[in-house]
Amino acid sequence: MIRRLMKTLVGAAVFAAFAGGVAAQDSKVADEIAKYREALADGNPADLFELKGEGLWTEKRGPKNASLEQCDLGQGPGKLEGAYAALPKYFKDTGKVMDVESRLVHCMVTLQGFTQAEVTKQWYSKPGKDSDIEALVTYIGAKSNGMKINVPATHPEEAKMAKMGEYIFYRRSGPQDFSCAICHGQEGKRIRLQELGNLTTQDGAGFAMKTWPSYRVSQGTVWTMQRRLIDCMRQARWPEPNYLADSIIALETFLQKTATGTVMETPGIKR
Amino acid sequence: MNFKFGLFFGLTVAFAAPAFAQKALEAPGGKYAKDAEQVFRSSFRDDNPKYWMSRLAQDETMKTCGQYRDNPPRKIGEKLEKLNAATIRYPVEGKLIGDWKEGEKLAAVGTGGHIGFIQPDPAGKLRGGNCYACHQLAKKEVAYGTIGPSLQHFGKIRGNSDEIIKYAYDKIYNSNAFSACTNMPRFGLHNWLTPEQITHIVAFLVDPESPVNKD
Ligand code: HEC
Ligand code: HEC
Repeated sequence: MIRRLMKTLVGAAVFAAFAGGVAAQDSKVADEIAKYREALADGNPADLFELKGEGLWTEKRGPKNASLEQCDLGQGPGKLEGAYAALPKYFKDTGKVMDVESRLVHCMVTLQGFTQAEVTKQWYSKPGKDSDIEALVTYIGAKSNGMKINVPATHPEEAKMAKMGEYIFYRRSGPQDFSCAICHGQEGKRIRLQELGNLTTQDGAGFAMKTWPSYRVSQGTVWTMQRRLIDCMRQARWPEPNYLADSIIALETFLQKTATGTVMETPGIKR
Repeated sequence: MNFKFGLFFGLTVAFAAPAFAQKALEAPGGKYAKDAEQVFRSSFRDDNPKYWMSRLAQDETMKTCGQYRDNPPRKIGEKLEKLNAATIRYPVEGKLIGDWKEGEKLAAVGTGGHIGFIQPDPAGKLRGGNCYACHQLAKKEVAYGTIGPSLQHFGKIRGNSDEIIKYAYDKIYNSNAFSACTNMPRFGLHNWLTPEQITHIVAFLVDPESPVNKD
């Protein structure tokens, strides 16, 4: 971890040098990421988020002055290994299918005593205002690195959620007639220069899902899957969903089920 | 039951049998499609203005395309194509070919129409055709997508007869008039582009002087 962090700090400097060019000319971004990846080998600015997330996980916080170490992400209280790779999942205690973010928020509310509104106010970072959720999800995600995505959706509620995700994936609407399938339903296509995989196959969904959460060079921060999908809905020219909405969790269940069996490589780094 | 819906419903019933005979995939969502529609609709922030929320409405084409994963049986496809062809409107002066230079600009603009609270487009932002998102056009623009076929040399190859001009206009106005459930948006139907703007883009495609055909 420390060695990786050292590399990241060097990387951060290299990255800062690239950042100007990135903003200036979008079409060069792909090249620059490639160069950047080479320069860093296994480093990623997301490592800093991971470290911060670890701190937030173990620190006693909130009205109840408790850490998150007893949080049950589906593998039992405090068990983080492989938890991200097996989410979304049905939870008996809430009677709901939850993704990593909704479950994390649930823990922050029940264990630490925060209100849902407090915890989700900064669900993604804005300039000068970092998001704890991004850091925590990066930390939780990294604990599934090297493990297989495992969302068979065998519980009836999970199966239903996956099916509903499939429905939403093909549902067309809006002034551009978009659905997720328009941009993500075919092999080897790109929109402008951005490559779009086929998220309806195990290969395509696996290639995408294994890398999340991901550091986004163009955004200068880590994006969670909620953030990714809410932005795709913006690209579809739809109104904005609620953070942690069931429609997003349904899409995640559909995608993770399709990707099941793929080995996680997270945190990723993207355009 | 309104007429359109009745027509649609009748067709669905009429063609259901051959669709099953071809072992068509189950409609997305299966028995949970209705629940999914409700979950989707109720997932949006309460403070989205009504006119944003209206973007979630689906016409028959959208509904049917979703049901068939954008691959409807040919008979249903033909029906949708007729329905869509009937929506095409022309500019008042009747001239279908405009100024390719204006068209060149419009083809390149990919912004406009993004809503929401995180990163909406500023009000009044020019709304373009975003053709490069999916098509190769002028040679000098290398940042093109591949969701649609290359349109480079469109006029050079197809010519600029009245027929081709009308085809290009109609295609941009309502892509589904020719290929139901295509990935290409229906720019005229949704008033995304005005008829005049479409004539400029037509010129960009077919004018011999346009960079689409020139180099
Ligand atoms: C208008 C096109 C468009 C639509 C519609 C769209 N997306 Fe995306 N999506 C993108 C782009 C562009 C990216 C980023 C690709 C890149 O940066 O290389 C992306 C990225 C993604 C990723 C991450 C892929 C990866 O390899 O990491 C996922 C998952 C995803 N979208 C899912 C969805 C879902 C689910 C929907 C429907 C709600 C949707 N998208 C709708 C364009 C779209
Ligand atoms: C989201 C992707 C997308 C966008 C944006 C888009 N198209 Fe298309 N277009 C397609 C696809 C896919 C096809 C092929 C299927 C079909 O014919 O509908 C196509 C086909 C066409 C054709 C028919 C080609 C032929 O050989 O007959 C024309 C002309 C065309 N597009 C013009 C445009 C123009 C002009 C714009 C911008 C105003 C545009 N398209 C924007 C996806 C797109």
